[in-house]
Amino acid sequence: MESILTINNLTKKFGYLTAVKDLSFTIHKGNVYGILGPNGSGKSTTLGIVLNVVNKTEGNFHWFDGKVSTHNALKKVGAIIERPNFYPYMTAEQNLKLVCRIKGVDHSKIYEKLEVVGLLDRKNHKFSTYSLGMKQRLAIASALLNDPEILILDEPTNGLDPQGIHQIRQIIKDIAITGTTILLASHLLDEVEKVCTHVVVLRKGEKLYSGRVDEMISSHGFLELKAQQQDVLLNVLKSNATFGNISVENDLIKVILKEPMDASSFNKLMFENGIILSHLVKRKESLEEQFLKLTDHSNEQNAKLN
Amino acid sequence: MRNLIKTQFNFFGNQNTSIPMLRLLKLELQKLLLNRASKVLIFISFILPFFVIILSSLRIDFFGLFVLELGHYGLFNFPIVWHITTFFAAQFKFFFAIVVVSMIGNEYSNKTIKQNLIDGLSKKEFILSKFYTIVFFSAVATLLIFIICLCIGLFYSSINEWSLIFRDTEFLLAYFVKLVGFFSLCLFLGMLVKRSAFALAFLFMLFIVEWIVYGLMVWKIDETTATRIQNFFPLKSMWKLIDQPFQRIAISKMPNSQAIIYDFAVHWYEIAIVLGWTAIFIFLSYRLLKKRDL
Repeated sequence: MESILTINNLTKKFGYLTAVKDLSFTIHKGNVYGILGPNGSGKSTTLGIVLNVVNKTEGNFHWFDGKVSTHNALKKVGAIIERPNFYPYMTAEQNLKLVCRIKGVDHSKIYEKLEVVGLLDRKNHKFSTYSLGMKQRLAIASALLNDPEILILDEPTNGLDPQGIHQIRQIIKDIAITGTTILLASHLLDEVEKVCTHVVVLRKGEKLYSGRVDEMISSHGFLELKAQQQDVLLNVLKSNATFGNISVENDLIKVILKEPMDASSFNKLMFENGIILSHLVKRKESLEEQFLKLTDHSNEQNAKLN
Repeated sequence: MRNLIKTQFNFFGNQNTSIPMLRLLKLELQKLLLNRASKVLIFISFILPFFVIILSSLRIDFFGLFVLELGHYGLFNFPIVWHITTFFAAQFKFFFAIVVVSMIGNEYSNKTIKQNLIDGLSKKEFILSKFYTIVFFSAVATLLIFIICLCIGLFYSSINEWSLIFRDTEFLLAYFVKLVGFFSLCLFLGMLVKRSAFALAFLFMLFIVEWIVYGLMVWKIDETTATRIQNFFPLKSMWKLIDQPFQRIAISKMPNSQAIIYDFAVHWYEIAIVLGWTAIFIFLSYRLLKKRDL
């Protein structure tokens, strides 16, 4: 598979603070990637390094096949980080013209991209008169000007109202459908879950997980059960190798499946054992639960080390 | 005004040129000329030198006692007109200096410097685009002064021999180098402190520091050595490029007074010192940007 961005053992230190620690991952063409992590986990720093605005301390990265310089590679990249940065005294069209000049793109793309984000009728208004949502949409138009190989978005819905969030997400989905590779950094899990196929999870600058989202979400899901004969039920579950970790919250039993099993065959098994269930739900773990598990797990490890 | 900008852009061509220098220059000119404040300041800095023309035609009648008519003192004759005009015009450089520091300050306060780099401009290109703009404006200013001088000189002096007219035109070169050097210093200070107002304050502080150091040297060593060393300081070396013309005027009025003879010529080493500072300032600006996390 064609690689777009390769990061090897990247480290960034701000004085005593290590913002990014020995990070490695590769981004392949055609996928939608999410970088997930709580605030201060090194997402923006990592993006800053590959985008030529933050200097790395150690390690290396290269764009595409590694033969072009970073700033020339960035001409084939579209990126928005943090807040949209434009010249307040210029109109939307003038701002985009300037970006065209930097990227070496023809001006003819400007109207097309303004249309995509729904700002064509405001093209002659000064940037300073725009609302935050409009500014963010202009930033997306600007990032799309060169029909980029990869679109990088850092917290694109941060600070927007629900309507703005919805608009931005819809635009991202539309872009993803066209086959553009996307790298989305966010601390909002459902955002990543909704649009991403692959995910890199960071915590305190360290990589906890990288791979497909559906593989990260535990493979066979889990069951939520309720029954009158709770003790019998627990014994049955414990004696069967199909079932993994069992947890009991009040009268609700949560059991993780080690092997695939659908709800009806489970129900049949229970019936054969003489147990009548009053509640049976089969669920896949959400990214949020998985994420918390991952971060908790490393917390425990840290605690042990200490 | 808007049409003026349009024609200016058309002059460079609307399409992206393959010449990297023009691309960078166009980039910076768009940033400057669409900004009302810097547009006005640029306009002023180009217009003010024309006041030398008004000065030259000035005729003040002192209540019938005597008439002060600058043009009639031979101040605007060739070749001295080159010296006098460049000296006075150089005092107006402060207006464009404000533009230079604010063109860095604005990039930082709008965070557009970050966006420029993300969009694919290299740090080197960023500094170069500013430097090319400085050179471009200094060149335009020098061209304007050349035209003004030529007009005033031709009007006031009866000389029509080309070799005499173009004597002392090295003052034009000195004027150009002086502007480029001074604006490069402003660029560096802008990059250093990121805020326009603080950068100008730093410029003023540098001026004071240079004189304090000079004073200390006079006190500790002796005046000739101190002056010699001071001529290497950034601001003083720029000032030295075009010496004050007052003594020269006096000499031309009183040819016999040997006491006030001084060296007013533009020397190659004076130009070399300022060009050296220019290179240092541009290089340091680049180093600063390269080391900095934005």
